[in-house]
Amino acid sequence: MPERPVILEVNDLERHFDVSPPALERMLRGKKRVAVKALDGVSFTIRRGETFSLVGESGCGKTTVARCVVGLYRPTAGNIVFDGIDLGRLRQRRAMAPVRRRMQMIFQDPYASLNPRWRVRKIVAEPLVTHGLVADRAELRARIGELLEQVRLSAADGDKFPHEFSGGQRQRISIARALAAHPEFLVCDEPTSALDVSVQAQILNLMKDLQRRLGLTYLFISHNLAVIYQISDRVGVMYLGRLVEVATADRLFAEPRHPYTRLLLETIPRLDPHGDREPVAGEVPNPIDPPRGCAFHPRCPYANDRCRAERPSLLVVSGALVACHAVEEGRLPVG
Amino acid sequence: MVRTIEPLLKVENLRIELPTRGGILVAVDDVSFDIAPGEVLGIVGESGAGKSLTAAAIIGLLEPPLHIAAGRIVLGGRRIDTLRYEEMRRIRGKEIGAIFQDPLTSLNPLYTVGHQLVETIRTHLDMSPAAARAHALSLLKEVGIAAADERIDHYPHQFSGGMRQRVVIALALAANPRLIIADEPTTALDVSIQAQIISLLKRLGRDYGTAIMLVTHDMGVIAETAHRVAVMYAGRVVEIGLVSAIVHRPSHPYTVGLMASIPRSAGGRGRLRQIDGTMPRLNAIPPGCPFNPRCPKVFDRCRRERPDLMRAGDTKAACWLHAPVEPAHA
Repeated sequence: MPERPVILEVNDLERHFDVSPPALERMLRGKKRVAVKALDGVSFTIRRGETFSLVGESGCGKTTVARCVVGLYRPTAGNIVFDGIDLGRLRQRRAMAPVRRRMQMIFQDPYASLNPRWRVRKIVAEPLVTHGLVADRAELRARIGELLEQVRLSAADGDKFPHEFSGGQRQRISIARALAAHPEFLVCDEPTSALDVSVQAQILNLMKDLQRRLGLTYLFISHNLAVIYQISDRVGVMYLGRLVEVATADRLFAEPRHPYTRLLLETIPRLDPHGDREPVAGEVPNPIDPPRGCAFHPRCPYANDRCRAERPSLLVVSGALVACHAVEEGRLPVG
Repeated sequence: MVRTIEPLLKVENLRIELPTRGGILVAVDDVSFDIAPGEVLGIVGESGAGKSLTAAAIIGLLEPPLHIAAGRIVLGGRRIDTLRYEEMRRIRGKEIGAIFQDPLTSLNPLYTVGHQLVETIRTHLDMSPAAARAHALSLLKEVGIAAADERIDHYPHQFSGGMRQRVVIALALAANPRLIIADEPTTALDVSIQAQIISLLKRLGRDYGTAIMLVTHDMGVIAETAHRVAVMYAGRVVEIGLVSAIVHRPSHPYTVGLMASIPRSAGGRGRLRQIDGTMPRLNAIPPGCPFNPRCPKVFDRCRRERPDLMRAGDTKAACWLHAPVEPAHA
């Protein structure tokens, strides 16, 4: 298969959040400024037409990546290149607008992301009007009807308010709004996490259909590994602001390399449990004061002195990228 | 799984109504099940199916104007749905422990977890403050809180989400209840923490004979934890049976669709099976079987007559597909 062109390139992305104590406490009690490194050097590329997913537990930074990519957060360091354009150089709103049109976002909560006072028609029309994509009212009306039908709602639904729809239907409205400006790239942040499982299947199927029909590229964020497996071409596993493994979905689920990926896959509740699993102890450490060396070492059964001191970088290991000293040195039992 | 003959909890024909200006809405309709000591019964269903209301009715915490309009709830041979508020308050905590989804709202932010545990213990058990504190400490150790003798004097905000849920479980266990109602206990937690909480719940049932009613929308959690499962849809139990039968050989078309729509993390990655449409709102529950507008196997009778639970393969399902060929004689 010929390599498809790269549409998004993220290089050494860092994003810090200031969580310092108030100024007065710093002055009087001599407390220090504190920054959380929500992202600590994240790099990946996404090719046109593929679904690249980020998975990890809460606080790992996956949503921060999504928000940096669409420009809701400005990176502290590193750059994001979309189709050859370095987004960090676009300081002015006017310069951003054409790129914004090509890149849209779908949020987790379909209840919070739609204006309750607007009719659906107005919600879906907003990007069309903002980006000046329609000539007159008649065209606008036709386009709204088309968009609603594209997500399997009816054109008549445009006259209703968001509260008249169920969660799944509201997420369809969000998708219609995201598609309004003919984007090429969609950032989907936990789009089905708030939905019931039968409705989740409807939305995932719809997203796959739209991708095929419109040639869309997805950056998909989820904590649900089964959803990730179903929708992704490639997957990046995040832990405490860093990528620990990047591989194709097939390879990642068949042969997870990084001990953290293995832990995640082992802990998915299964429909056919095989006896009692002994759950892994421990939890994600405090990101304000992450462990030195490999951030996963306090929970890792294979950690040694090198893991505690030296931070591993992503290295190619039989077709996947893995950041683990134990994998690199062949200390890890395979399979 | 050997089942004790006498169930601990019996819910019989429970009906919960919500009076509104537009008329009375039936939120839970003719729901019956029982739970034996040491048994984990899973209640699964989508949002609005009535599973949390059923749980709230059992612990006597239905928010008015919601109320029990018909049916009985019997705990250890004693009818509890007709008890006055004060009497129910004594049962809650002492005989029934509750664990809710959000551990932060179940804990008082102004008191240390030790204070809250001691207070709960002394409300229900006749213990000196020192003995209660020792018991609180052993409970925290029991639920797997490391350095419990130090953590006992910490406030809820000093705990992580998973640790807080452990504290809530310790609170629920404080008075050695015979029944624990766990409403989405792992939904707010990350998967690796979820697995730890699940194995803790399982151990309780095994070691102490505590009966557990586990309410969740996550079929994976049910499959790992429960012995039997009741599937709810639009306020009714549509199928009930052993967990392996419900997961692998479901009989009700809704359960079949539900199981097929769960994404798997292995095997084929084509389109997911989906159930078209959505669960009806309470004011628009169709006559006959409530699932009939979405059912791929619907026929005439489903639109007219409401099915009760009947034997269907290895489970019981409320579905006319499984009606005996000859009309049953009363």
